[in-house]
Amino acid sequence: MKLDEIQKRLLREIADLHAVPEGAYNIRSNSQMAGRRSTANIEITSKTDVSGMDIRIAPFTKNESVHIPVVLTQTGLKEVVYNDFFVGEGADVLIVAGCGIDNCGNQDAEHDGVHRFYVGKNAHVKYVEKHYGSGEGAGKRILNPGTEVYQDEGSTVEMEMVQIKGVDDTVRTTTAELKAGAKLLVRERLMTHGEQRAISTYVVELNGAGATADVVSRSVARDSSYQKFDAKIVGNAPCSGHTECDSIIMDNGRILAVPGLEANDLDAALVHEAAIGKIAGEQLTKLMTLGLTEAEAEEQIINGFLQ
Amino acid sequence: MRNDMLELKNVSFQVAEDRGDKEIIRGVSLAVPESKLVVITGPNGGGKSTLARLIAGIEKPTEGRILFQGEDITEKSITDRARLGIAYAFQQPVRFKGIKVLDLIRIAAGKHLAAAGACEYLSAVGLCARDYIDREVNASLSGGELKRIEIATVLARGAALSVFDEPEAGIDLWSFQNLIEVFENMRRTIQNSSILIISHQERILNIADEIVVLKDGRVEKQGPRDKILPQLMGTASAVSECHMISGKGGAQA
Ligand SMILES: Nc1ncnc2c1ncn2[C@@H]1O[C@H](COP(=O)(O)OP(=O)(O)O)[C@@H](O)[C@H]1O
Ligand SMILES: [Mg+2]
Repeated sequence: MKLDEIQKRLLREIADLHAVPEGAYNIRSNSQMAGRRSTANIEITSKTDVSGMDIRIAPFTKNESVHIPVVLTQTGLKEVVYNDFFVGEGADVLIVAGCGIDNCGNQDAEHDGVHRFYVGKNAHVKYVEKHYGSGEGAGKRILNPGTEVYQDEGSTVEMEMVQIKGVDDTVRTTTAELKAGAKLLVRERLMTHGEQRAISTYVVELNGAGATADVVSRSVARDSSYQKFDAKIVGNAPCSGHTECDSIIMDNGRILAVPGLEANDLDAALVHEAAIGKIAGEQLTKLMTLGLTEAEAEEQIINGFLQ
Repeated sequence: MRNDMLELKNVSFQVAEDRGDKEIIRGVSLAVPESKLVVITGPNGGGKSTLARLIAGIEKPTEGRILFQGEDITEKSITDRARLGIAYAFQQPVRFKGIKVLDLIRIAAGKHLAAAGACEYLSAVGLCARDYIDREVNASLSGGELKRIEIATVLARGAALSVFDEPEAGIDLWSFQNLIEVFENMRRTIQNSSILIISHQERILNIADEIVVLKDGRVEKQGPRDKILPQLMGTASAVSECHMISGKGGAQA
């Protein structure tokens, strides 16, 4: 299947893809497979019961990557996709997912992706997920990612989630269960415009001794957009957890941060930090004394903040 | 005839407070001549920082005019004044999450500056450039480090008028020597530009062409260094270096 210019542009936005990626990949376009490659260590197969794939990464696979971008350019299209990742013991891989929707029509376009990660002992996964919307149509661009992470002993998962532009409505649900010595790092960056709404919920359970989680969200809510960040960490063992929500509001933007910490073990050390506010006036002033206009200063501050 | 880079004409600044108006700057007139270094000194709370903010356009005077290179800039914005050639190092530098030292120096330079170019400004203020260029200008920097980065950004601006508000504050004694060299060097290459430093430091007062003493929002004394400095010695206005060792944030390598 050939991709048109809009689809190629979406791929560049969400996966920095200018050509077919190296390593294993699966490109999904308007609910069809537009290309796939398995490698000796990474096998991608289609599910038979529901829409989606199984991605099996052999134990001790090193320095390989999997790209599984999704693009949607057809108005009115709604899809639910289940992708399961089985990451073998001791593997070290980069997984790049992401969804771009271009909706020029008047009907909503929606992609609901459920990603499940079964991460083997001492494996290391870096997971990058970017969301992007474009198109002038009145139909909404809707993305509802669900992520479930099951980490075996000593494994590490780093997740980077980015949604900066064009998605009208998103409900992101992330759950994680960690065994002893496992480590989860989440970096979420979010910007909403117009009437957009973004809800992000995390429930992280630290079930083994020495498990650690660090969930950090940086977000900007502009215009009349609304965001809710609801991060809960449950410590069921001697463990340490930290969540942070650091947000800038502009115009009539609104943000609700809901801290949630639950310690069920005397040696669970859990911390939550949240700060919401407008851009500090002195930051604007400083950059203006360096010759920037107020609008340019604002842009620099936001870009840096969402870096 | 002498050309003035900056001229304040009868500038006043008052703020509204519950118990009536409070006058912070009262009819200040002073000039910073071209190719000269002027130091403003005086007791805390005398209005020095407020004066610097008025010059940069962060505050607008309630009375009086401000002239820059002969042009009336009283109504001009902060941005316009910066672009005309006024640079200002804050007494208390601002922190930014996510903005790197290199970004800030590039913004200050107003052009795409190679990392090597930015490093020169950092080295000039005694920071090992390699260690700082990629650091964020955030809470992880100490007060003294931040202060030196602030000075480096003003150097990078290469402005016609550079204003420094208590550049010595929070800088340890060892780096202070370095800082004096920065100003001495600026002093040597001052042609067609001017420097205004707010300071209590004798060694900075020593390199001034002219000294202004500001107290209770008024100019108490002003004139050539040779005339003003002897009057200040032994008074509370000039504080010896001992002050810095005991001062806040003084001891850092
Ligand atoms: N915007 C303001 N509103 C009220 N009081 C102010 C304002 N700005 C400065 N001041 C007061 O004016 C006085 C002079 O302050 P400042 O200019 O910082 O003095 P200096 O730099 O000489 O120590 C201080 O008493 C300060 O509290
Ligand atoms: Mg001051």
